[in-house]
Amino acid sequence: MKKKYMLLPAMMAAATLVLVGCSGTGDTENGDPATGGLSIDVPDVPMMDKLGKAEGEVNIVAWSGFVEPAWSEQFTEETGCAVNRRVAGTSDEMVTLMRTGDYDLVSASGDASLRLIAGGDVAPINIDLIPNFGDDTVKGMQGQIYDTINGKSYGVPIGRGANILQYNSEIVTEAPTSWDVVWEEDSPYAGEIIAYDAPIYIADAAVYLMTHEPDLGITNPYALDQKQLDAAIELLKTQNGIVSEYWADPVAQITSYAGGTSVVGTSWEILRKLTEDEKFKSVLPEEGSTGWADAWMISDEAKNPNCGYLWMDYTSSAKVNGAIAMGFGMAPANGAFCETSEEAAAHCEYFHATDEEYFENVWFWTTPLEQCIDGRTDITCTNFQQWTDAWLTVKS
Amino acid sequence: MTSTVPRVTPAEPGRVKTHGPGRVQPAGRNPLSTRLHRSPRLRLLGLLALPLTWLVGVYIFSLVMLLITAFWRTDPFTSKVIPGFTFDNFVRLVENPAYLSTSLRTLSIALLVTLLSVMFSIPLGIFMAKVASPWLRAFLAVAITLPLWAGYLVKILAMRITFTENGFFNSALEPLGLSGPGFSYTTVVLTLTYLWFPYMALPVYTAVRQIPANLFDASADLGARSWTTIRTVVVPLLKPAVIAGSIFTFSLSLGDYLAAKFVGGSTQMIGSVIASNINLNPPIAAAFSVVPIVFVLVYLFAVRKTGALERM
Repeated sequence: MKKKYMLLPAMMAAATLVLVGCSGTGDTENGDPATGGLSIDVPDVPMMDKLGKAEGEVNIVAWSGFVEPAWSEQFTEETGCAVNRRVAGTSDEMVTLMRTGDYDLVSASGDASLRLIAGGDVAPINIDLIPNFGDDTVKGMQGQIYDTINGKSYGVPIGRGANILQYNSEIVTEAPTSWDVVWEEDSPYAGEIIAYDAPIYIADAAVYLMTHEPDLGITNPYALDQKQLDAAIELLKTQNGIVSEYWADPVAQITSYAGGTSVVGTSWEILRKLTEDEKFKSVLPEEGSTGWADAWMISDEAKNPNCGYLWMDYTSSAKVNGAIAMGFGMAPANGAFCETSEEAAAHCEYFHATDEEYFENVWFWTTPLEQCIDGRTDITCTNFQQWTDAWLTVKS
Repeated sequence: MTSTVPRVTPAEPGRVKTHGPGRVQPAGRNPLSTRLHRSPRLRLLGLLALPLTWLVGVYIFSLVMLLITAFWRTDPFTSKVIPGFTFDNFVRLVENPAYLSTSLRTLSIALLVTLLSVMFSIPLGIFMAKVASPWLRAFLAVAITLPLWAGYLVKILAMRITFTENGFFNSALEPLGLSGPGFSYTTVVLTLTYLWFPYMALPVYTAVRQIPANLFDASADLGARSWTTIRTVVVPLLKPAVIAGSIFTFSLSLGDYLAAKFVGGSTQMIGSVIASNINLNPPIAAAFSVVPIVFVLVYLFAVRKTGALERM
């Protein structure tokens, strides 16, 4: 893994060699879960080879806070591309919207990006046309599996964050170091635990099992065979007996902690910050955790590809990328931002922007596929439909 | 449903008359009205065109589209919906016990909400119509309808704040050494009862008011005490109103998912399952939506058997 990190920036710099380099990585590193280079059958969508004239507008599906007038107005001024934003609330909604063909760009999280790539909905990115995507991009966000397939890059990184363990230090007086407080039946906080409400949360159970049930042989929480999935669901069912509630809505999560209903459970750094109460603390437990990494992707039928590329380049600059990261509350993809000011440095420090050691323990959301992404070839893994179906049984 | 028809009636002739500003023509000379007068079929068509377009075009068409989707499938790799014809989705509904337990739980919630609404509505209706002073009656009528003025989501969030651990409910019970239900099945039932109660209370109250006073006199003359009068005279006369109200409380509870999401803790309802599948696997969501439709149809059929629909 370390070797790979040394290799990739060099490859990125040698822009003409990028394609060759990455596909080489795919072959040699096959089976290394966190470093990309997966080979799967995806529709062959052509890549743009050179930038043409700006079309005058660009239509973007984005998370709230990613496309804001504070930086989109200047973009329009510089390029003449008017920015039309459509805010989506979930990854699934983003996938649905991108398939209408009405949008040029999407800020896809890892669990949406593989579906979009496999569905032939997004085109590979020509990195040559995005000068800002290069050396400054933090190492952990280059060539990741959730947006790099068959050696082709499909996404321009925006930012990342971990799903952390948040606790109310007035009640959870001893700082937890393990996720066991939210998974084990005899947890002292049974009945006051909050869990995430989506099928992708199965991966959190898998991360816990990786450490505590090594016999299951889980090496990547997104590559579970049927037996491993069953074990994860079993763990989630145990947890169902001790949760106070499930959250999908950020506001519901914050009020659950603030109102005392929940004292410990899964969270995002930004949500903990929003409670504006020092008694809420967070930790990345020793087992590691799941997380999310977002990237710009361009539609295969984009009507405004030139404005799309210009936007991806513009938002990858240290200044704009940092503004997005600060607005949303995440680690920026562009590491150069961290050196621009004291405030920026503090933000990077708080969100562990360049701390690869921190993110080494974070398994970024990835769409589970039948083909095991941990490199196993002798067995079929469970796909996202199976996860969705299994998730239902947790709360029944 | 029939109430939409008269609403359209005045609009149609009105449109015909205002043919030209300030130029009022005698009805006989207006070619359109002459034509309408001669042809009853055309009249009927003009009358029903708008409501029928709405009913068939928007309401029934979208329902049929939804049901057709239930026979399609989703590509497990890309989550794309693929048209076709398969019963797989329905087989999965039966095979996965989670769907059955969720359906039964939702059914029990809907029935409990209806039962609670009836239990609160009848005494309240009798008190308002027959006992309360006019001033108190007006006050109670406003109090019942007041929650309808607030948004649905606002009310659910209000219940969330009430039932949260450090919320009003627990602090009110604290002196007694008790604690509330937290976010649970019970809270979902209470919240839905709170949401849909006006739909039961108003028809019941109106029905009690309409019971002629002399029926009470006759009952008293025959020696019945008030409880006997309520049991043998009032309640049977209230049946149509209770059934009308129960159709609202039952079917609205059956389709709800936000209450389960915000005050349900780990309670899963039919609506929550459909909502979580709507983007991931629309065909299975469509197949599952058949379940509440069947519940409502069975309910309406059972109600029809009692003959109460004719008297509504």
